[in-house]
Parts: sequence; C-alpha cells; structure tokens
Amino acid sequence: MTDDILHMRGITKTFPGVRALHEVNLSVRRGEIHAICGENGAGKSTLMKVLSGVYPFGSYEGRIEFDGELCRFGGIKDSEDAGIVIIHQELALCPQLSIAENIFLGNERASRGLIDWNRTNHQAGELLRRVGLEESPVTQVADIGVGKQQLVEIAKALSKKVKLLILDEPTAALNDQDSAHLLDLLRGLRDEGITCVIISHKLNEIIDIADSITIIRDGQTIETLEMAGGQVTEDRIISGMVGRDLDHRFPPHEPNVGEEVLRIEDWTVHSPSQPDRRVVSGAGLTLRRGEIVGLAGLMGAGRTELAMSLFGRTYGVGISGRVYKDGREVHIRNVQDAVKLGIAYATEDRKRYGLNLIEDIKRNISSVSLGRLSRNGWVNENEEYRVADEFRRSMNIKAPSVQSVVGKLSGGNQQKVVLSKWIYTDPDVLILDEPTRGIDVGAKYEIYTIINQLADEGKAVLVISSELPELLGLCDRIYTLSQGRITGELPREEATQERLMYHMTMGQE
Amino acid sequence: MSSSTTPADLEAGPRRDAKGEPPGRLKLGGLSINIRQSGIYIAFALIVVLFSVLTDGALLQPQNISNIVVQNSYILILAIGMILIIIAGHIDLSVGSVVAVTGAVAAVLMVNYGVPWPLALLITLVVGGLIGAWQGYWIAYFGIPSFIVTLAGMLLFRALTLTVLGNQGIGPFPDAVRTLSNGFTDTYLGNVGLGPLGGADVFSLLIGLIAIAGMAAAQWRTRAARAGYGQSVDPLPVFVLKIAAAAVLIMAVVVQLARFRNLPWVLVLLALLVLGYSLLANRSVFGRRIYAVGGNLQAAVLSGIKVKSVVFWIFVNMGVLASIAGIIFAGRLNQAGPTAGNSFELDAIAAAFIGGAAVQGGVGKVVGAITGGLIMGVINNGMSLIGSPSERVMLVKGIVLLAAVAFDVWTKRRAGAGAR
Repeated sequence: MTDDILHMRGITKTFPGVRALHEVNLSVRRGEIHAICGENGAGKSTLMKVLSGVYPFGSYEGRIEFDGELCRFGGIKDSEDAGIVIIHQELALCPQLSIAENIFLGNERASRGLIDWNRTNHQAGELLRRVGLEESPVTQVADIGVGKQQLVEIAKALSKKVKLLILDEPTAALNDQDSAHLLDLLRGLRDEGITCVIISHKLNEIIDIADSITIIRDGQTIETLEMAGGQVTEDRIISGMVGRDLDHRFPPHEPNVGEEVLRIEDWTVHSPSQPDRRVVSGAGLTLRRGEIVGLAGLMGAGRTELAMSLFGRTYGVGISGRVYKDGREVHIRNVQDAVKLGIAYATEDRKRYGLNLIEDIKRNISSVSLGRLSRNGWVNENEEYRVADEFRRSMNIKAPSVQSVVGKLSGGNQQKVVLSKWIYTDPDVLILDEPTRGIDVGAKYEIYTIINQLADEGKAVLVISSELPELLGLCDRIYTLSQGRITGELPREEATQERLMYHMTMGQE
Repeated sequence: MSSSTTPADLEAGPRRDAKGEPPGRLKLGGLSINIRQSGIYIAFALIVVLFSVLTDGALLQPQNISNIVVQNSYILILAIGMILIIIAGHIDLSVGSVVAVTGAVAAVLMVNYGVPWPLALLITLVVGGLIGAWQGYWIAYFGIPSFIVTLAGMLLFRALTLTVLGNQGIGPFPDAVRTLSNGFTDTYLGNVGLGPLGGADVFSLLIGLIAIAGMAAAQWRTRAARAGYGQSVDPLPVFVLKIAAAAVLIMAVVVQLARFRNLPWVLVLLALLVLGYSLLANRSVFGRRIYAVGGNLQAAVLSGIKVKSVVFWIFVNMGVLASIAGIIFAGRLNQAGPTAGNSFELDAIAAAFIGGAAVQGGVGKVVGAITGGLIMGVINNGMSLIGSPSERVMLVKGIVLLAAVAFDVWTKRRAGAGAR
C-alpha cells in the first residue's frame, strides 16, 4: 500500500459545448515529484485548475481526495488552506512591491491591523535562504530577473505551509542555469517532504527530475510511467503524448544555399533603460538564400535585442553598425523600411507583440500588407478574404473560417497566423524568434515544415531558439551569442549541444 | 505551400478553442444573430417602442422626430469622432470646450468682422483642425496620455472661448448658418397627398427613395462580389428581408419628416458623415490602422504601422468634427455663448460606449456610436414629453450607460469562458 497524498478520480469537466476533461484519474505519492505531460490543449492546466479550486467544487464531476480527505474547494483560498499551492506560468507578483511584501501578500505578518515589518522581512529572509535566493527581502521584484522571481513565487508558496506544490511550466522563461537551479531546489523540497506536481514541455528536464509521469491526451489519462528504472526516454513520452511514434521530430531537409542576402557588421546596441550598457556589441552575421541559420544564446545574451534592433530599430538606443542587403549598404530607420527591404520579424511573444487578438484571422494576416490589398487607400476586402483563406488552407490553420477571432486559436494556429502575415509581405529574410514556443509537438512539426519550405523558396531564415535540439535539427548553420557578442559559428555537421553550450557561455563568469 | 508531410492526425484531437460558432449567438429560425453586436439595435428598438407607448405615440409624431434629429445632431457628430478615438484606445475630454471655442471663432468672424459665411466656416474648420493637431502632437509625438492632454484642453479651450467672446454671447448668425443648423430643405417639387397621412414633400420622399435604392444597390454589389469570391453570403430571401426592413425603416422616418417641414439640413449632413466615416472605418486602410492600433499597440508598431501618425490624425479629425458641431450648435442658438458645449464630451463618450465601444480600445462602430447617441436622445426627448424632471432623466441615462457596458463585459466574459 503506497502512501498517496492525492487521488483524483473520474474527473470530468465540461465547458459549454466542449468536454475538456473526461474521466481523468491522477494519483500522486507523498513526497514525490510527479510530472504531467501532454500536448497543449490536452487538459493539463484545466486539471490543475480543478485541483486548486479555480473551478470550484460542483462545477466538475468526480472526486478529489487530498491527504485522506474528500475535497470540496470553493476557491483557491480553500485549496491553499488545505496545503495546495499552484504557481502559474505567468508569474503573479507585483513588480513594484518588495520581495518580502510579495511573499506575504494576502497573508501579511501583522499585529492589530498594522504590518510588522521586522517580522515580515526577517521571515522573508529565512524563506529566501531556503530557496537559495541571495537577495535582500526589501529589493523590488521589478529589479530581479525572471529566474529569481520564480524563486520568490516558491518562497511565497513555502510561507503558506505548502504540502503539494503545483508548478505550471516553471522553466519556460528560464535559461538553462536558472532552470537547473530551480530543479535542484525542487529536489531539495522533495527531501523536505513537499510533494510537487510539475507541468512542463521540456521533456529532458522531466526525465531528469520526475519520479513518475502521468500523460494526458485529449482530456483523458493515457498512462502513468514510473521513472525509477531509467527506462523511459523522451521518445517514449512523446509517443504517449501524441498517440503514435514520432520517428523524426524534424522533417528531412536538403539545403540549397545560394548567395548572400543579408549581412550585418559591427552591430552594437545599447539598452534603452541604461544607455551606457551594451546589449549587443560588435556583432556580425551573414544570411544566404535558401539557408536556415540558427542563433543560440542564453536568456539575456541579446538575441531578441539583436533581431529587433535590426528590424527597424524597434529596440535599443545608440545603435551603430552596417547592414548590407544583397551586397548594398542599407539604412533601416523604422519597421516600414525593414518591410520594404524584404525583412520580416516574427516575435517571440506573439500574444503581446505579434497579433491583434481581438481581430479575426484575415485582418491579422493583412495588417502589414494592406498596401498590396488596397487602391487609393481603400481595402479590397474580398481580395483580403481570398488571400487569408489561401493561407488558412496552405498553412493548415485550424479554424472554421478566416473570420474567426485570433485570440480563440491555439498557440500553434496563432503562430501560423503570425507566419502567414509575414510570408504575405514576400520577404527575402525571415527572422523567427522562438517560433515554436508554447506550441505542442504536432504543430511544431508543421512549423518546421513551413520553415523548410520557406528556405526552399530561396528565402533566408534566421531562427532564434532556446531549445538547442530544435536548432540542431533545423538549421544549416548556427551562430552563438553570449553577452551581446557573437562567440561562435558552427556548421550543422560540427554542432552539438555541448559545443553550442560551450560557446554560449563564453565570457561568462 | 502544401503540408503533405505534416502529421495532420496529430492535431486531430478536439480543437475546442477553434471550433464552432462564436459564442454569444442567438439562433432564431434560420437567422443567427450576434447578440453582442446587435444588442444595441434591439435595445434601441425596444426603447423607441417603450416611449411611443408611454407618450401615446407623441414620440413618433413628425415634428418630434424632426426635433430629436436636430437637437442631437451635434452630439452625434461628436460621437463619430469620439468612436474613432476610443477605438484607437484614447479618449477626448475636450470636445465640449472645442465646440465652444470654434463656435465663438465662427461668431466673431461673421458677426464682429463681417467675414463672408463660407470663408468664415472654412476658417473655423481649420481652427478646429489646428486644435486637434495641438492635442494630437502632445498625445502622439510627446507621449502624454490623452486623458491628461484633453483634460488640460478642456480648461484651455474654455478659457480661450471666454477670451474670444469677452465673456458675452455673440450673435446673430447669418441666415445660411442658421439654415444649416435649424432649417429644412425647400419644397422644390411641391407636395403629394398620402391619403390619411395628409400632404408630404415630394423632394424629401424622392431623396428617401434614392437613398434606399443606393443602399440596396450597394448591398447587392457587395453580396455579388462576396459570392463571386466564394464567400458565404446570406441566402437571398434573408438578404431581401434585411434590405426591405431597412427600407421600411428609412421610409417611415422620411415620410414623417416630409409631412412636417421636409428634411432637416443637419440630417442630410449627418447622413453623409455617417456614410463617409462608416466607409472610412471599415474599408479604408486608415480605418483599419485605427483598429490595429487600438487592438494591440505593440503588434501594430511591429507591423510597420505609423502609430503616431494615426493617433495624430484622429485627433485632428476630432477637432474638425468638433468645429462642425460648434458651428451647428451656435447656429441653432443663433449665438455663441461662453457655456456652449458644456458636458458635450460626456454625452459623446457615453454614446460611443453605449454603442458598443470597448474601454480597452480596438472595438466599436460608427453606426453603433450613432445608435448610442440616439438612444440617449430618445430617452431625453421621451422623458421630457412625459414630464419627467431632469434629475430623473440624468438618473436613467446613467443607468443605461452602466447597463450597456455591463452587458458588454458580461457577454465578453461568457465568450471567454467558452474558450477553456
């Protein structure tokens, strides 16, 4: 008889018209790290929302037993009282408050209605030591990085006497160093007897840390795998997630590289908030027709900053350097110039920077190229519809029509809309910043196929990605960026994760 | 770009977030109605029916319809400009003061300096545009929130009004200006008997018929073009029914007006403005950019849209429309006064929000704002017909505004709950 802290039995949750969860079962042993895997939309987050009381008792079917008791949570407060704390993917910290204030938010250390600052900061300090964060409790959260903010979230959870800690994609925004630290911390918590449920797309991390894995597909429990034997591989998990074996995670591609199309030299960018700090310094790179080039770098290395400063100076101040398009020096002062020169940039954060979520598919696709669709300032809406519908078909955007609102689409389909928007500008150079972030395995394959086709059409593609296997599987040549400098350039044959990592950490203390 | 190698079956699971009808749709027989978009028109119809009953039909009497149009024309004109600003995610609190100062400029030019009225009107429009440019500069290029800039403008231009007017009303206006604000089209073609309805102006009726024919033809062409592109269109009977309903509505209003004193000139002006700005918002590149800026500012910047210029020009546009409203308001009172346009900004903003604009921007329609303005106009007019005191009118208008936005938020939340 194992000692299970949590039993979820026959959980069914329906929304108007859709069944998000169907008879899901989940058992978690006390003091283990239990991973939940599944494609986007499989129902992982819904399941965790049921568990944490976001969807209150009565709005779902089935029973939840936690610590031997039947749970009837009316809200998050109830589940937290029981010792279940969820840390969401989007961190819920107030940036303008101090670390200590955030830790005890809603749970203030006070006597007679007044906050006891000494007690607050002292206890916060102890919690910070427990999570291994060397910051003063009075530091503003806005002044620390995402990785440290994640630790503050965990400290906050610890302050609530947590028994079961749920982490939804905790390392999605972290670099490898911070991720490793976080995983170490979770192991430490496990040794202290705290049970963790972790949702993550990073399978290598899961294999690294989890004691058991439950796989969810299409709102149903598929299987629970025990990790103890070390038999479970990434491919094994993926085949469970997608319901079939994926022999090749990357579509095969024969590159056909042509002449140089874009070259930058001595590219230097300064931070807009600290104008004397160089974010990119003296970077140079070359893109050729038909070539897929990768840009690898740790978080904060300046990848996005390099791309955006190049793309019409949308980031940074004090930008200097030379850009050559088709061998001719060009000056790109704004986005319009970049678009005219045939440069496209698909952002890493499509919801914030890439899409107008309240508009439909066709208006998003046409938004950059309205000039092509209009005469004398008047838009030809029928032509717009036709073009968008063509993209819907060719890119396999899953939506009832191009009049569907983009905000309602899944991540993969949203990304296809972003790509359609830029492909319709008919660019020579596409810069794709984290093109598969937050996208499930099947859609990733489709995005890779699209990228290959773009290269086959003679376009130069620059792929920025945090996932090294993705760069290795996709790119013909990979640049590494460290602290704003290009530290390496490796052709596909010579590149390995270890070598890339070596170059990516060059010059770091 | 075919994706034959794509493992399409991987995604064959229930894509619930991309499936089916948008939420908030009501099925009525074969007609499916988007409640969120049509709610405002249904509400307007209900309010008209309600007040027709309460006033024993006085609301729909020829003279009263004419009154509603003329009395609300300047608010409706302001609402057109305001909805564009709100779609872009901004606000303009200064329009009441701009109405006052432009009315004052027009009065001083025509009355004190004897400038011929066409030139004076032109100068006034330019002044309105310059005022808009002033505010647009601070908002778009200097980066001060529009709330602050136009709050300052509200004070600045009221002060300027008092200065220009020397603290007193200036009038009377030339006849042409008064005709525009208060007057009616002439009986160019004589009258025709309409049986029990009595005599009606042929010219007005003709204009009404031409408007209907134009609308029908335009709708037909749009439908044909859509069908030609293989898009789904309303089935023919539904299409005909919709056109017929609109035609009956237009003709009912026109007949009533023709029985009274023909078409008010401001109605003609308003109709042209509504038509023009609806097209601008829906079909023009500039209109699209307004929605893009309001929908997601950062995405608009990264899509190469000249955000600053868009914001600048919608404020210039607001200034010009406010000066038209200023001229009409002053012409109607036949004098430009220091308190002209007080709280007009609030009416215009309320009209936009009742008409379905979203506080976050990116959403709204010109016709919606006009309907929102008419809802308030009908409430004002109907309640004064049944002798309600003004505090009760205010109370009702406040509740209507709150209810309209609450409804909008509620439908949005329901829609959101459907998507996981």
